[in-house]
Amino acid sequence: MLEIKNLHAKVDGKEILKGLDLHIRAGEVHAIMGPNGSGKSTLSYVLAGRAGYEVTEGSVTYKGRNLLDLEPEERAGEGIFLAFQYPVEIPGVASTTFLKHALNAVLRHRGEEELDAMAFVKMLRAKTKELGIADDMLKRPVNVGYSGGEKKRNEMLQMAVLEPTLAVLDETDSGLDIDALKVVADGVNSLRAPDRALLVITHYQRLLDYIVPDYVHVLAGGRIVRSGGKELAHELEAKGYAEFADAAA
Amino acid sequence: MADPRTLRTTKHIVDRYAAVADILPGSDLPWLVGRRQAGIERFRDAGLPTRKIEEWKYTNLEELRRVAFEPAKPVVNGISTGTLPTLVGAEHRLVFVNGHLRPDLCAICMPPDGATITSLGKALESIPALVEAHLGVARGDEDAPFTALNDAFLTDGLFLHLKPGVDLGSVIEVIHVSVGQSGPVFQHPRNLIVAEAGSHATVLEHYIGFGQSPTLANAATEVVIGEGAGVRHCKVQAEAPEAFHIAMLDAHLAKNAAFDSFYFASGAKLSRNEIRVTLDGEGADCRLFGAYMMKDRQHADHTTFIDHAKPHTTSREVYKGVLDDKARAVFQGLILVRPDAQKIEGHQLNRTLLLSDGAEIDAKPELKIFADDVKCSHGATAGELDEEALFYLRARGIPEDEARGLLVEAFLREVIDGIAMAGLREPLSDRVARWMGTRPALAGGGA
Repeated sequence: MLEIKNLHAKVDGKEILKGLDLHIRAGEVHAIMGPNGSGKSTLSYVLAGRAGYEVTEGSVTYKGRNLLDLEPEERAGEGIFLAFQYPVEIPGVASTTFLKHALNAVLRHRGEEELDAMAFVKMLRAKTKELGIADDMLKRPVNVGYSGGEKKRNEMLQMAVLEPTLAVLDETDSGLDIDALKVVADGVNSLRAPDRALLVITHYQRLLDYIVPDYVHVLAGGRIVRSGGKELAHELEAKGYAEFADAAA
Repeated sequence: MADPRTLRTTKHIVDRYAAVADILPGSDLPWLVGRRQAGIERFRDAGLPTRKIEEWKYTNLEELRRVAFEPAKPVVNGISTGTLPTLVGAEHRLVFVNGHLRPDLCAICMPPDGATITSLGKALESIPALVEAHLGVARGDEDAPFTALNDAFLTDGLFLHLKPGVDLGSVIEVIHVSVGQSGPVFQHPRNLIVAEAGSHATVLEHYIGFGQSPTLANAATEVVIGEGAGVRHCKVQAEAPEAFHIAMLDAHLAKNAAFDSFYFASGAKLSRNEIRVTLDGEGADCRLFGAYMMKDRQHADHTTFIDHAKPHTTSREVYKGVLDDKARAVFQGLILVRPDAQKIEGHQLNRTLLLSDGAEIDAKPELKIFADDVKCSHGATAGELDEEALFYLRARGIPEDEARGLLVEAFLREVIDGIAMAGLREPLSDRVARWMGTRPALAGGGA
């Protein structure tokens, strides 16, 4: 589904990713762990297509296409979803309006029929209930005045509504208490399917107790320096990232 | 003194006045003829404003100066009730085409006792004393070349008079249409709104235009608000692309009077909307809100002057603009607090969203405070669309144009949601959305 080869990327002229390789097949859950500054967020933004993240070398192939050729909205249309570490506040745009525009844009891209107002509201009610989101939150402007937990839940709601093929979760666990974490994890797990894949980016192992990965990778110094099964996460939790500082150098 | 070209244009206009003076309404009323004569003399002395005049520093009338306008003649056909873009389902509608009343397009429902809703031209025939008592009152000693010109040429417009305590529960929509004729034409609409003590009115002024040849609407509106009375006033300027639009609104507020104003501008090649409010009684309060959207090479100037003449008066002002392509806008906001006008509160904000590198805003907030116990603030910001928000929307699949549209609507929502005339919010939101929809493709840039 996703094949990243020798990816080099610069931000503000500084090379952050230095030859990253990653291969994700449909149905798999991968976790990327790493210390601060290792390039975790850069990877997520490169995948989502954010301006200012310049790929200087390597390739990213998604469903057989060159992902880097696509605009951010095309990537979303093709099923890529980035759950932001810091969801952006958009004053003046109600969450419901935003979700409706997003869903209909994605449906259009996929050549499917747009939802009418009634069908949309019905669908949204069901999803919010699953995620324990209060209806009044949706009437408020996107992420404005939301608590940290509400913002992350809102990301999960968007994901549930857009039903992506490849979801990238960037530090989704940060700022969540354990109850919120469970809700979020349930939301993510409910999306697991043989034709979908997940990339969970996290600093801590905690989230991986609830979203159990098939593979764990250690990102340090802009490259994957070690890969293993889910037990690698526990090892990292015990030992920390210190030993990888050398590997990255 | 002004340059020869400006003098020539000024003379051209003064000559046009001489040619039509005899056929203007109320030529049998000596007081009105006197006002007209005084007006044309003041205009002749002041001349067409140039950028050397402080208040006109950022708005260049060079293009206007080059057009030889003729007084617009009545247009009796070509417009029907069906083709008029009415904004709200107003109970009372008055329509003026090129400054002349079109009775066939008007609809006035039965107004309550004590309310007079008619055209100024008709009022000059039937109730001239009432017009005389109020015309020019709101303006006080303040003068300006274009209002002097309007004094000279004034033809027709809304005349609304409410006796004390009358609450006109319904909306009056006044549509002024500029129609380009074989050559460039100008018109001078004049609206007079008098709300006596304790009365209430809601008026929408709507300016539109058709045709390819240049038009100039030089409008003047006066609002006299008595003690404890309230006027809600909205103005929508959606003139044709070749139009010039110059307008002055003077509002005079007595004790505990309230004036709520909303301006929306998206039309005309060059427009200047000026508002002067005198808070002339304790407890008087005004709220000036405005939104404008300009593109191509449009120029829009919003100039406001709030005069806190008495203590315990309050004002709040928010103007927001969106500029694309090579559009230019001017915002000049002056708040004056006179000596002894203690315990006043005046807040002003101007925010501009620049959608292209070629767009430009000149913002000139100004506070002149001569009292010491006051709360005043002002702010002016100009910026681009929030790139992070734009990326966030796009990352959710929303195409860039649509995302930009959502953000522009969101930017203007604060003022549009604040329109006192609730029925106007949705039609104007629609206009914002449509305006964004007509943006040229981003890759191609402006026209």
